[in-house]
Amino acid sequence: MSRLLEVRDLTHSYLTRTGEEVEALRKVSLEVGAGEFVAIVGHNGSGKSTLAKHLNALLLPSTGVVFVDGLDTSVPENLWEVRQRVGMVFQNPDNQLVATTVEEDVAFGPENLGVPSAEIRKRVDEALAVVEMSEFATRPPHNLSGGQKQRVAIAGVLAMRPKCIVLDEPTAMLDPKGRQEVLRTVQRLNAEESMTVVWITHFMNEAAQADRVLVMQEGRIAIEGSPRQVFSRVEELKELHLDVPQVTELAFLLNKAGLPVSPELLCEEELVSILVDKLAG
Amino acid sequence: MLDGITLGQYVPTESPIHNLDPRTKIISSVLLIVVLFLVEGFQGYLLIGLGILGIIAAARLPLGFVLKGLRPLRLILLITLLLHLFMTEGREIARLGPLVVTYEGFNKGVLMTLRLGLLVLATSLLTLTTSPIRLTDGLEDLLNPFKRVGLPAHELAMMMTIALRFIPTLFEETEKIMKAQKARGADFESGKLSQRAKNLVPLLVPLFVSAFRRADELAIAMEARCYRGGEGRTKLHTLQMTRADYLAILLLTAGVIVIAVVF
Ligand SMILES: Nc1ncnc2c1ncn2[C@@H]1O[C@H](COP(=O)(O)OP(=O)(O)O)[C@@H](O)[C@H]1O
Ligand SMILES: [Mg+2]
Repeated sequence: MSRLLEVRDLTHSYLTRTGEEVEALRKVSLEVGAGEFVAIVGHNGSGKSTLAKHLNALLLPSTGVVFVDGLDTSVPENLWEVRQRVGMVFQNPDNQLVATTVEEDVAFGPENLGVPSAEIRKRVDEALAVVEMSEFATRPPHNLSGGQKQRVAIAGVLAMRPKCIVLDEPTAMLDPKGRQEVLRTVQRLNAEESMTVVWITHFMNEAAQADRVLVMQEGRIAIEGSPRQVFSRVEELKELHLDVPQVTELAFLLNKAGLPVSPELLCEEELVSILVDKLAG
Repeated sequence: MLDGITLGQYVPTESPIHNLDPRTKIISSVLLIVVLFLVEGFQGYLLIGLGILGIIAAARLPLGFVLKGLRPLRLILLITLLLHLFMTEGREIARLGPLVVTYEGFNKGVLMTLRLGLLVLATSLLTLTTSPIRLTDGLEDLLNPFKRVGLPAHELAMMMTIALRFIPTLFEETEKIMKAQKARGADFESGKLSQRAKNLVPLLVPLFVSAFRRADELAIAMEARCYRGGEGRTKLHTLQMTRADYLAILLLTAGVIVIAVVF
């Protein structure tokens, strides 16, 4: 797998209005391969958004470096290339849609890139088809549901033909149905188009769907590994005030009680079938 | 509270007027406004009124709907009429206690009310038959030549688009906050004007705070999507003047000149 994102020893300090420095990231290093689905979890203020904004040069490192597809984000000439390659979807679905119709909004990115009209048309239609919003093309965005708005936002990013999508808590303001819609859409993009995905969330069941999970704590990456590895570290996660998927916690407790159940379970069916086997045997 | 405002709301139907280039319609509206200020007589207004009726018919707009757009302005129209009716010096034709209606006042009042009404109708025709996107695109293009004298044409159009995009969102939010404050006993409808204005504070403060937060987030989202002003920007929908557009402008200009000269 070729390396798409590379973050090395990244620190970032914000300067507050009172002149104090807030260190939001402390020596973060991270690599994301092309086609990978990485989830980032961590409680409020742990630096997730700050890290996300470094991945498409909305923020620049105080020290350290960030490479996107081999391009150094701190080099001014690379700015637009970087932003075209890494698309961002934000938390509030209302505050990232710019235009008065869905198709005009999806066209916003390619318009900024100076893509010719006919090509924009093609990209808009394709992107809307991918997120299954074609029938809403000429509607105003304000009376769509939250999940639909987020899918439009994803289409807007896709129309720029990025290599990676970074989604910063895209489901935080959605109802369960909307959450499902958005997660499915992004999973499909990842599976079918090998889109690289960085998915920030505080829903652990969403993070469990990723190839790799990073747990952030006070500006550092505290735990890193496959969802199974990460969520089996139940006690550490509890110390960081993070939840563990229910099944994993149950498996963990069973394991601790002496049952031969692996504490790395993520899906209910798996646990049920193991327990059924045990009871039958 | 905010429903029922039909003035100038885009009506998406198919018609030759809808299909005209937005620039044609903007220029036409300006022409109509100019001629309304040049003409001072009933016959002239009658002709312009007929012309506007013709356009409404060609645009396949229901007349009742278009006229209903005047309703929010009925008070202003009435005041205009009454002011001129009673405040103009001249030959007395009727007397209501201390108030004197003059012949000149009657004439002027009716004319001014007509002018104002036609003015509103002419401009609302523009927005009734042109989608907000096409309208802003048209404005941006027409203002483009003035860039050289420092007019930020693209920025103005972008501001209009964003305003149009966020007006419904902010309305929704206003209603939500109002409901929440009402549930806590706030009263927006009764009391003296000064008291009512004071009661609006707990509505306006959260609304402004949230609007600024929205602006901040939107700016970041726009930047993330490579927005860097109008330079080098292309458009999904390009504007195209057709023969119908040139013909429409030509006809209207001719009509306007005739009316302005004759009346
Ligand atoms: N614009 C800013 N100015 C000052 N401090 C900030 C700013 N944005 C974030 N911070 C601080 O940086 C830290 C990390 O914030 P953030 O990256 O938003 O965390 P998360 O997304 O994980 O909630 C927090 O302590 C936050 O208060
Ligand atoms: Mg955040």
